[in-house]
Amino acid sequence: MANMSNIKNEMPVQAPNVRNKNFNEVALGYTPEQAIDEANRCLNCKNMPCVAGCPVKIHIPQFIAMVAKGDFEAAYKIIAESSALPAVCGRVCPQETQCEGKCVRGIKGESVAIGRLERFVADYHNAVNNQARQKPESNGYKVAVIGSGPAGLTCAGDLAKKGYDVTIFEALHIAGGVLVYGIPEFRLPKSIVAKEINGLKELGVKIKTNTVIGKTFSVDELLNDGFSAVFIGSGAGLPKFMNIPGENLKGVYSANEFLTRINLMKAYSEDSDTPVQRANSVVVVGGGNVAMDAARCAKRLGAQVYIVYRRGIEEMPARREEVEHAIEEGVVFKTLTNPTEILGDNNGCVNAIKCVEMELAEPDASGRRRPVVKQNSDFIIEADCVIMALGTSPNPLIKSTTSGLETADWGGIIADEQTGQTSREGVFAGGDAVTGAATVILAMGAGKKAAEAIDNYIQNKKPR
Amino acid sequence: MYKIVKRKELNKTVTLMEIYAPFVANKAEPGQFIILRVDEQGERIPLTIADYDRAAGTVTIIFQIVGATTKKLNMKKENEYIQDFVGPLGRATETEGVKNVAVVGGGVGAAIAYPVAKKFFEKGANVTTIVGFRNKDLVILEKEFKAVSNKFVLMSDDGSAGQKGLVTNALKDLIESGQKFDKVITIGPLVMMKFVSLLTKEYNIPTVASMNPIMIDGTGMCGGCRLSVGGKIRFACVDGPEFDAHLIDFDEAIARSGTYSDFEKHSYEKTCNLFKGADANG
Repeated sequence: MANMSNIKNEMPVQAPNVRNKNFNEVALGYTPEQAIDEANRCLNCKNMPCVAGCPVKIHIPQFIAMVAKGDFEAAYKIIAESSALPAVCGRVCPQETQCEGKCVRGIKGESVAIGRLERFVADYHNAVNNQARQKPESNGYKVAVIGSGPAGLTCAGDLAKKGYDVTIFEALHIAGGVLVYGIPEFRLPKSIVAKEINGLKELGVKIKTNTVIGKTFSVDELLNDGFSAVFIGSGAGLPKFMNIPGENLKGVYSANEFLTRINLMKAYSEDSDTPVQRANSVVVVGGGNVAMDAARCAKRLGAQVYIVYRRGIEEMPARREEVEHAIEEGVVFKTLTNPTEILGDNNGCVNAIKCVEMELAEPDASGRRRPVVKQNSDFIIEADCVIMALGTSPNPLIKSTTSGLETADWGGIIADEQTGQTSREGVFAGGDAVTGAATVILAMGAGKKAAEAIDNYIQNKKPR
Repeated sequence: MYKIVKRKELNKTVTLMEIYAPFVANKAEPGQFIILRVDEQGERIPLTIADYDRAAGTVTIIFQIVGATTKKLNMKKENEYIQDFVGPLGRATETEGVKNVAVVGGGVGAAIAYPVAKKFFEKGANVTTIVGFRNKDLVILEKEFKAVSNKFVLMSDDGSAGQKGLVTNALKDLIESGQKFDKVITIGPLVMMKFVSLLTKEYNIPTVASMNPIMIDGTGMCGGCRLSVGGKIRFACVDGPEFDAHLIDFDEAIARSGTYSDFEKHSYEKTCNLFKGADANG
């Protein structure tokens, strides 16, 4: 009998006033009882709208049915058919606009907590399963994957399962891309990422860290060196700034730099040699997930934190749960506010940010209401640190060193949406390097499609 | 892990190391840099490439002990390993079409000026090298510079080596005495590069400065290395590290370089305490 409760089983979390002082994971995960109770809310709809909302098309009703039966390993196997990183996606996917956004239960109440169930199943599997994955028999073809973020990991995993000899090239000293340098520990524990990467190694995937494609090797060298195909999943590039006065004062960070210091370099820990400013008052500019991550990290380092965003809270592109968590943790939201200048002291350090109030006019091309400046509304927020979380522009290293690789006006690599095929034969691309800054799951979807296209390409070109 | 195949102290605070990193050596060019981490807890620091040997697969770095990381690095012995070593990063020095060049280096920056001078010399340019140090104990690479310079001028603050004075004094004298330069390259402390740039601007000589700002990934991701060049934000890691010196906002770069000075001091003291025993043993 279905559980007809209109609300989700609540996710157990660390209390806001406890968690805003530590970097441990915020959400603690369902118990088996909660998971089974939640799974029973699923109506097992015939037309499965939730699956249509999932970029990697996980067989959602089937896995939930297994959870309802208490057969969590069977549930895991169903998820693993479609998703390479379930423990990651259960934590960072914007479910409210994907699977859960399409859930029939969401019409009269809250949708089934699909993301929480996915996370539960993946964590259960990781906790009980210590068996190494079987390395498939090699088909003798080598594929190079550039970047070890969500797109690259997914592409590498799918190809390795088909028997390809896959090498991932990573510029940083550890693998994981944005999953390690960008998303904070309290939202995605790094041990989970490490476990997923270890799983790929068991499948035979090789990972070469400290290797910058476009510098250490070029894409052409890889193709000449025995790789039958190359997948570019190099991610987003340089941070954007607003071009307002004061952006190069001491204490102004891009969110990328601030988060990299904290997440990749563990600057919050006494043992780390990497410094990060311990500010008193931090203003984060932006309304996406990256802004929320930066704000919540700053809060955990002990600062009073403001988020400044030019539209309203409803227009924020961040995942809803991240906004709610940030508010609970004491981050102050200054919406309909736009910075006009960052002010500094005699030593070149930030001491305040000057803002104007905004109001929303008619919708613009993006469909969101356009913010316009309210006259004579200048005001100042005192701050000794400002973090710009305004998105990124593409990294120039690969495009400038790969002849014949076409890019869009804004710099993104042009690739077929269905296959990831670029303008160069044997070269495929996907993730933020193609779309600009997007989500983990979209990058995974692109990596998955590209893996299939690479398999087709190699098998057609070199029949046995 | 990357092996230290040679270690040599050039003076009390400056050490040379040759690191076995064949893929980096294979692509390295003067003007480019690497990023290294000494150990698992280490920070990522950029160091400009001082030389390379493609046949031997080695890259030479020369560093001054200024903070905790360089202190830790200096404690590493020959045949030991460092954790990470990635590169070559940034753009190489543009040497094409230059006939008369002045390479102006200062302090440990002279180490980076050396491969640049060498490359110009090999390309057939008339190379004038001016390098400055505080005193004779700090002079490095004198013999090497002489071998790749048509004219070599050594300066010291106290006159204990070469001529007494600053590199800008020597450069100005040469320009005033009629020597023509179609390019000046300056590498060293920010304040020195600022004054070289101000001087060459007066004489309208195209000048390039090699910048070494705070950096984390070094591949065009973090944005920490940004500078104002001609009023625009530029990133040293992918747009540089060399820029038109006359367009660089040096005062801003000087301020930004001190962002973590308090942290560095604390961290340096901590590291020194950690290494106290080792130091005493030499």
